[in-house]
Amino acid sequence: MKKRILALALAGAMTAGLLTGCGGGTPAESKAPAGSSAAGSGAPAAEGGEILVGVLANTTGDNAVYGNAVQNGVMLYIDQLNEKGGINGKTVKAIAYDEKGDATEAVNAYNRLVGDGITALIGSVLTGATIAVADETYDMNMPQITASATAAGVTMLDPEKADSEIRTNVFRSCFIDPFQGEKMAQYAKDKLSAATAAVIFETGNDYAEGLKDAFVAKCGELGITVTNEEAYAKGDVDFKAQMTNVAASNPDVVFCPNYYEDSGMIVTQARQVGVTSTFLGGDGWGSIAKYASAEDLEGAVYCSGYAAGTPAVAQFESAYTAKYNEDVPNMFAPLGYDSAMLMCNALKAAEDAGLEAGTDEYKQAVIDAMKATKGLEGITGTYEFDEYNNPIKSAAMMKLEGGKEVFSEMF
Amino acid sequence: MFSTIVSQVINGLQSGSIYALVALGYSMVYGIILLLNFAHGDIIMVGAYVVWYSMSNLGLHPVVSMLLAIIACTLLGMLIEKLAYTPLRSAPRLSLLITAIGVSFLLENGFQLIFGAGAQTVPTLVSGPSLSLGSVTVSFPAMLTLVVSILSMAALTFLVQKTKLGKAMRAVSEDMGAAQLMGISLNRTISFTFAVGSALAGIGSVLYLCAYPQASPTMGSMLGLKAFVAAVLGGIGSIPGAMVGGFAIGLAEALVSAAGLSVWKDGVVFAILIVVLLVKPTGLLGKPIVEKV
Repeated sequence: MKKRILALALAGAMTAGLLTGCGGGTPAESKAPAGSSAAGSGAPAAEGGEILVGVLANTTGDNAVYGNAVQNGVMLYIDQLNEKGGINGKTVKAIAYDEKGDATEAVNAYNRLVGDGITALIGSVLTGATIAVADETYDMNMPQITASATAAGVTMLDPEKADSEIRTNVFRSCFIDPFQGEKMAQYAKDKLSAATAAVIFETGNDYAEGLKDAFVAKCGELGITVTNEEAYAKGDVDFKAQMTNVAASNPDVVFCPNYYEDSGMIVTQARQVGVTSTFLGGDGWGSIAKYASAEDLEGAVYCSGYAAGTPAVAQFESAYTAKYNEDVPNMFAPLGYDSAMLMCNALKAAEDAGLEAGTDEYKQAVIDAMKATKGLEGITGTYEFDEYNNPIKSAAMMKLEGGKEVFSEMF
Repeated sequence: MFSTIVSQVINGLQSGSIYALVALGYSMVYGIILLLNFAHGDIIMVGAYVVWYSMSNLGLHPVVSMLLAIIACTLLGMLIEKLAYTPLRSAPRLSLLITAIGVSFLLENGFQLIFGAGAQTVPTLVSGPSLSLGSVTVSFPAMLTLVVSILSMAALTFLVQKTKLGKAMRAVSEDMGAAQLMGISLNRTISFTFAVGSALAGIGSVLYLCAYPQASPTMGSMLGLKAFVAAVLGGIGSIPGAMVGGFAIGLAEALVSAAGLSVWKDGVVFAILIVVLLVKPTGLLGKPIVEKV
């Protein structure tokens, strides 16, 4: 009897779960986002001085913190642009849908945007959803830019192959992982005049290995000798053996593209076994200052997508706070802002050419203009695009000084 | 080249002495009640959190914090013994072993619940000049670790060999029933063994923090497992064996990493365990187990 009651209760609980699941999953009218973007459903194309731009972001569900930041950044730029008169007198109208971070939802939402008559797309946010949408936009040659999807496969059709065809219509405003490795090698060469370098990285971590491979390859190109490639496994706390090897070859710099907890211990132990080299890190080093002593970290440099508090950023931050009544949550808000800026800049080129929004020529003109972007100043750097439609931009170099992470320069 | 090898050996001895201190706790407890106390590694974790909490949140002096940590570990070890193991003293060994694993999970997940899953940074505990011997640099924490652990081991050997309590411990481990008939208080002796083992774990946790200044809820599990391997390698139940085993495991790890095979480090440690169990299950210094009829 007891068992039967339990079974009934379980069945009941499961049914309830199913029902709520359905409730959450219905393709509900996605909420129109904050600000200017009242949903412009059914409007055929840009008429009456409007340019319709679609925005996809995961504003609910897991990782919604990224989606909201991106969307807020995008909307902030578009509002500011419209206040200044839009593009050649036309208002940019953003239609935003929540895709919940799900690839299927994202494609559905995109199709709906196409029905709404958009002429360009900003989004999506997470890699999986972005690639799913990119497959669709590629077929339609719809200009697309993502602020945050870092996987190579977003702009490349087959990321396994270096000479893969690219999705000519898809761009991004964030760096991809290997880019940071190249950047730090270049920095070591140009700013630190390094002739020798060592690396220590966590094996099996895509982020660390991606940065390390790019760093080592770039070092080869620049003539920096890589003396040690030391590895460690996830969960290791003792790096002294590896660091003793590094100390023996005494390189000019040590590149440590790992997350802050490990990096802090690596730097501490390196100093204990007598490594005097300058440490370099990637954006995983954010808040490293809490994880090693000021003396041990002194002079170390890492690159970041976005340096809070730099002069270029201060204005953005105050505008963001004024509009959303919260501090800039992370680097995705400025990246969203920059992606909207890049897209609107490209739209302007098509408008200047007098093309009709929504037509194939118009879309191609936007894509060509995006590809030709050069020297456009954003919040997170100065933009142009490489052959794979990834941004070539400066990174914010953060230097450790007296136990503080201080913005040193854009590089 | 030579100086690198010497430095690597010192690295190995530093981590090895921490393993040895932890292995001693394993070995002593096993010696006396035939229990593999898998919660032992987590006692170190608790010690690390005590140091972190009393320094970062209470602002206590490092030395006070370290003493607090050692006291907390000692008390915790005795508490675990009283609450979890004493009621099971006549139960099958397997129940005890499973209880030990349960206590370990309780500690790990409890601390994760209270303090979060991330690592907490412990401020610098000790600082001092490093020693330069030619081209070899020995850091102050490394020297301190070696000196403190050797002193602790010497004190332990004295305690076990020369004092009355030590004699009682040896007697209980040899024959629990006979020891009891001779008027040795079983509960007191077992409690005392746990206290000593846990105090060594507390010292181990302080030394651990000198070298790796982060406390995280799962830090004890791998450390505990490796110390267990050290205890088995040395011969579980044997005090000198645990010391030898600890240093051997530390050296093996350092040399494997030095050879550029750091990814295989854990693999090598557990391969040692397998080889020991296959070839010489009693370990380097263990006594062969004779089943009493």
